[in-house]
Amino acid sequence: MTLGETEAPLTVTEDGGYLPGTHPDLPPPSSVHGPIHWARVNLFGSIADTALTLLAVYFLYSAITFLVGWMFVDAAFTGESRKDCRAVADGACWAFIGNRFSLFIYGFYPEPERWRVDLTFVLLILAIAPILFDRMPQRGKALIYSCLYPFIAAWLLVGGFGLEEVSTDQFGGLMLNIVIGVTGIAFSLPIGIVLALGRQSDLPIVRILCVSFIEIIRGVPLITLLFVAAVMLSYFVPPGTNFDLLVRMLIMVTLFASGYMAEVIRGGLQAIPNGQYEAADAMGLKYWQSMRLIVLPQALKISIPGIVNTFIALYKDTTLVIVIGRLDILGIGNSSLADTKWQGLSTEVYVFVALFFFVNCFCMSRYSLWLEKKLHTGH
Amino acid sequence: MADTESLAETTAQIESSKGEDDIIQIVAMHKWFGEFHVLKDINLSIKVQERIVVCGPSGSGKSTLIRCINRLEEHQKGQIIVNGIELTNDLKNIDLIRREVGIVFQHFNLFPHLTVLENLTLGPIWVRNTPKKEAEELAMKYLERVKIPEQALKFPGQLSGGQQQRVAIARSLCMNPKIMLFDEPTSALDPEMIKEVLDVMVELADTGMTMIVVSHEMGFAKTVADRVIFMDAGEIIEQNEPHEFFDNPRHDRTKMFLSQILHH
Repeated sequence: MTLGETEAPLTVTEDGGYLPGTHPDLPPPSSVHGPIHWARVNLFGSIADTALTLLAVYFLYSAITFLVGWMFVDAAFTGESRKDCRAVADGACWAFIGNRFSLFIYGFYPEPERWRVDLTFVLLILAIAPILFDRMPQRGKALIYSCLYPFIAAWLLVGGFGLEEVSTDQFGGLMLNIVIGVTGIAFSLPIGIVLALGRQSDLPIVRILCVSFIEIIRGVPLITLLFVAAVMLSYFVPPGTNFDLLVRMLIMVTLFASGYMAEVIRGGLQAIPNGQYEAADAMGLKYWQSMRLIVLPQALKISIPGIVNTFIALYKDTTLVIVIGRLDILGIGNSSLADTKWQGLSTEVYVFVALFFFVNCFCMSRYSLWLEKKLHTGH
Repeated sequence: MADTESLAETTAQIESSKGEDDIIQIVAMHKWFGEFHVLKDINLSIKVQERIVVCGPSGSGKSTLIRCINRLEEHQKGQIIVNGIELTNDLKNIDLIRREVGIVFQHFNLFPHLTVLENLTLGPIWVRNTPKKEAEELAMKYLERVKIPEQALKFPGQLSGGQQQRVAIARSLCMNPKIMLFDEPTSALDPEMIKEVLDVMVELADTGMTMIVVSHEMGFAKTVADRVIFMDAGEIIEQNEPHEFFDNPRHDRTKMFLSQILHH
């Protein structure tokens, strides 16, 4: 209303105004945009705003200088014990982490065989690349390799067929987190999709099976499932068969994530308008065709934030294997603290482990944002 | 497969002895939504190349009627025979009929994650097993026919409503259907876009396509339709050729409906 009252006379009555239908697009006046304007409005809008801005700048400054000082400037990077560190500087004692680095990475994997773990990591990156980036040249062939990768990795890590066998009891540190995390992520998505579709099925048996599976998995804490994997599962397999504990853990973590994944994807499926199903049906597409070509591409795109959320949660939950006596990167860190030479360095250990997880999860989060933007088709 | 086809053929023979070139036969058909009796004793025969406009107040069952013809809705009583095949719960029959019947929806229902070209080639490639290149040529042919070949590589979300509906028509035509159903194709469009869609439909009618159009576009009905059907409360109240229908409506409810839609 005020717009009409104040602006109408301006354009119509002023001399040099434009004739109707000839008004060009003009740039906005400089007082309503630009960085100075932004700062004036958002940071120094009133006395209270100004005070808060200055206070925040002060806190940021002191926090950053403290952190940079502790982590880099006053930090000791070499030494054989905590005393050596303290003799040089009073900041972080990274020498501790450096000293234990291979333990953090490989756990108790036998030293002469550790090249196999390195090779598995490198091959993992090559296997993930074609899945993440669809513009990769020769993607079709690369994807076949990605499908074969789990078998190659299992062979490299466990051995047999010409390689020396390594018991999975010796897996530990970061490699244990990555083995569990990657397996869980790779298998929970397809299982979750099948469960979500099954939950919507017209066949009552399929629906009941899927719903009960999802509800049971979601209703039980992961730690309980891991205990079940460690202790109880051996009651269900025939006596004499030795079902590897790591495999049992992998199955439990994967099933646990699948239950959540199914619900995330169901949310995406529900957002697909009925018209999409009808258009696919009317075209004569079969059920699996319409799911694969029409419904799932859209539902999964909508579900990306939830899917990645589940991935990140699963990845961090890999540290829970500590409850059944396996030492992942956090477990190794914890047990390293018992060494009398290095006592009192828990901050360094936890900061290191936290940074490791943060970098991994942040990458997943950024990738998902990039993917969402890429898949946006303007609707 | 062979069984179905031979069954289809015998059914076709039986039907062709009844009405010479009826492509759709609906006999004593009823449908309920739960307790609600939405279609009541529908009897309707449609000849090859016939163009029919169905009108009536909202909730009268006209959309449901045409959605029964390609089994997007299931009827509970009576018979629907399309192209010589009776619609039953047999999925093979449903697939056979859906291959021959195209439908255009009120809200276009294009696939937003695929380009216009991919929307058009999806059916030919996956349902008719057409090679990709051939399917793309076919798609471009129909995009030219609906006059938007230049939009082929855009996504539906980047097009105007009128353009989207024309893409939807082209998508149905790519399946080379014998019958085209239109479920209020212009109701969701801005006024200035209605004409471009109706023009495409008029051209399609000129090619001899069998068409059933649920619409309130009375101008379209007058120029194109062979027959106008008026439905109310789940029943076919009156049907006639358009001239008679508009100038000389017989039933009171038809008169009232026409006076309501024509007087503004």
